[in-house]
Amino acid sequence: MVVLWTDALIYLLIAVILALGLYLRGKEHIQRPLQQIGRSKIGMVSLVVLLFFVLIGLLDSVHFKPADDKKNEIISLLDDWATPLREHGEKTYSAPFATTLYSKEMMTMADGSMQWGYPRLEFGGKHLNNPETEKIPDILQKTAYGLVQGLGLTGAFMLLWYLVRQTHFERLNFIVRPELVAQGQVVPEARHGEQFNPSAKAVWVVLFIIVPLATALIHLSAYYHVFGTDKVGEDVFYQAVKSIRTGLVIGTLTTLIMLPMAIIFGILAGFFRGWVDDVIQYIYTTLNSIPSVLLIAASILMVQVYMANHEAAFTSVIVRADMRLLFLCMILGVTSWTGLCRLLRAETLKLREMEYVQAAQALGVKQGTILVRHILPNVMHIVLISVVLDFSSLVLAEAVLSYINIGVDPTSYSWGNMINGARLEMAREPIVWWSLSAAFVFMFALVLAANLFADVVQNAFDPRRSGNE
Amino acid sequence: MTQYIIRRLLYSLPLLMGVNILTFVLFFVVNSPDDMARMQLGQKHVTGQSIANWKQQHGYDMPLLWNSDREGTKKVTDTIFYQKSVGLFLFRFGVSDSGRNIGADIKERAWPSLAVALPTLLIGLLVNICFALMMVLFRNSYLEHGGIVLCVILMSISSLFYIIGGQFFIGKVLRLVPISGYDDGLAALKFLILPVLIGVFSGIGSGVRWYRTLFLEEVEKDYVRTARAKGLSETQTLFQHVLPNAMIPILTGVVVVLPLLFMGSLIMESFFSIPGLGNYTIDAINMQDFAIVRAMVFLGSVLYVIGLLLTDISYTLVDPRVRLS
Repeated sequence: MVVLWTDALIYLLIAVILALGLYLRGKEHIQRPLQQIGRSKIGMVSLVVLLFFVLIGLLDSVHFKPADDKKNEIISLLDDWATPLREHGEKTYSAPFATTLYSKEMMTMADGSMQWGYPRLEFGGKHLNNPETEKIPDILQKTAYGLVQGLGLTGAFMLLWYLVRQTHFERLNFIVRPELVAQGQVVPEARHGEQFNPSAKAVWVVLFIIVPLATALIHLSAYYHVFGTDKVGEDVFYQAVKSIRTGLVIGTLTTLIMLPMAIIFGILAGFFRGWVDDVIQYIYTTLNSIPSVLLIAASILMVQVYMANHEAAFTSVIVRADMRLLFLCMILGVTSWTGLCRLLRAETLKLREMEYVQAAQALGVKQGTILVRHILPNVMHIVLISVVLDFSSLVLAEAVLSYINIGVDPTSYSWGNMINGARLEMAREPIVWWSLSAAFVFMFALVLAANLFADVVQNAFDPRRSGNE
Repeated sequence: MTQYIIRRLLYSLPLLMGVNILTFVLFFVVNSPDDMARMQLGQKHVTGQSIANWKQQHGYDMPLLWNSDREGTKKVTDTIFYQKSVGLFLFRFGVSDSGRNIGADIKERAWPSLAVALPTLLIGLLVNICFALMMVLFRNSYLEHGGIVLCVILMSISSLFYIIGGQFFIGKVLRLVPISGYDDGLAALKFLILPVLIGVFSGIGSGVRWYRTLFLEEVEKDYVRTARAKGLSETQTLFQHVLPNAMIPILTGVVVVLPLLFMGSLIMESFFSIPGLGNYTIDAINMQDFAIVRAMVFLGSVLYVIGLLLTDISYTLVDPRVRLS
């Protein structure tokens, strides 16, 4: 197993989230907003979609060197499972579900004569003898097979889930409150809430849509190029799926990197005021006054120069791309911490005048303890809200930055690189639309889910908005 | 007032110095001029002589901060820091790595940038406010809920999609306007329509949502209730009471970006090949012309500082409760 830098940070992030979850379990003031999110249909549905993306991203974050491979390349679990997709490259462009190449060329027929026409693809639909007539029934049949597979899978999972819950609840009610069970007071209500929870229903509906869709796509992609192939003949579906990790890494690691800086500086500036405040304000106004795109560009140029001069340190392409991704996250973090820092400073300025903080001061509590015990927990909702709000804008920013060539490494998979590579082909006739569309659709799904979820989280955690759902 | 402005201007000096030092560190200390020369000349097979030549040609053949070989004040002035960074304060941008005068280039290219950015901002502001007001007027109706959903959807679409889609449908399929390009004078108009339209459209989602929250915050205040109690109709309260008060945060938010309009929009100008400053910056980034990037960083921060100052002044103009001291 090979742990890249971003992988390590992702594991760290998961560890932090798990630790936080354990720590906050059973805390009353966290329960209420969480329950509000749980009751919100939109929130739960978008969460499911997000988790689906995260799952793919995590699969793509476990890297290893295959034992039997001589090429000395590093692949991820996802790559391993998608080996056919990865290796079934064509010569150049081909449309979605095509069986022939996109452009005509001279080909040698079986009898040795030359002919000008569309050559058959090497892998896409090669099991068909007569593509014109067999293709559509074959696609429909394979789609149906995949859908049934997915439906069966989700159905089985649902059945299992409810069986477990059912027995769990009966036992719980029987043991804890036998007298209530006997009186028949609480149980029906609890059951009712459990089984007819509207957001639970919505979650199942979404699962019943996503999982069959995914299985159908997986099943089809073994025989066809579902989203076509790109200029060098690589499967676009594979590219789009691989790009998920890049988007997630940029959206989450940037925040992870900038969070400590923003929290510490923001709280210190607001709490101590005086020269500490002046210095910190000076730092963030300076950073803010540089147009962020230019700062990112300047830093990335510097990173490029640095990498070019230290080629020995970056042996493999994937290590190099990963390093650049990490640098990009850091730079984005440096440019984006100022907003959160300012918010936290303002909130701390307000909090330090509160009675409970003054009481703590009067009782002689140490300043460090006040910061950690009284101020920090009370600004966490701002941190949480800004983390989820930033996520989607960072994912969108990645595409724009890649377009200006200051984003992720050109060799790594990202939606920005896909768009960048495909946009020049819009002038071709007939146009090559599939690469662009696939990138946009995937990006849209992730960003929409993130935006909707961010809204729900904001509603639940913002004290000014509490109560309205 | 004048005193305040002077003090603010003085306060912005350390800010600009900070920016200057930051760019200096980024461009000259993290990576030496040797690295830059090697990058420009190609990585492989670069001799020491050609690096020295390149440095001499572009004026990088000096020590960074202190030149002990020279006499008197030349010890300070014959350094990269003085030559390349301090000059920026006097808006002496110097010569780009490809040999053109950066200052003249910037002057020439600022106008096309402005020609795209200013209409985009103004029309966008108008459209966003109209939609936001409409959603507030019909609040708690299906119209509003639909509007919110639409806003989130519009927000979730990449701006690249709007540009590529707009160019494709309006420019290529419908052939209403040229896909890209630019011309002098009034002839530029037909090239500007599409970028402005797309710029406005891609900003609707987040803009309307933001303005709507501003209006909603205002709608719940006491003076609005009084106005309604007085017997004013909902539209009257909205236009005569809510709108002017909500305009305060909106206007000050706009003023801060006004100076930055000169910088242009990077992707817009590059997609529509408008010869503005955004395009200039992208070209510089792609050609790795550090002199231009440095100049643009400094120019951008100067404009931002001016924007901050203008914001403060505009506060006193639109909100009589605020006094500068």
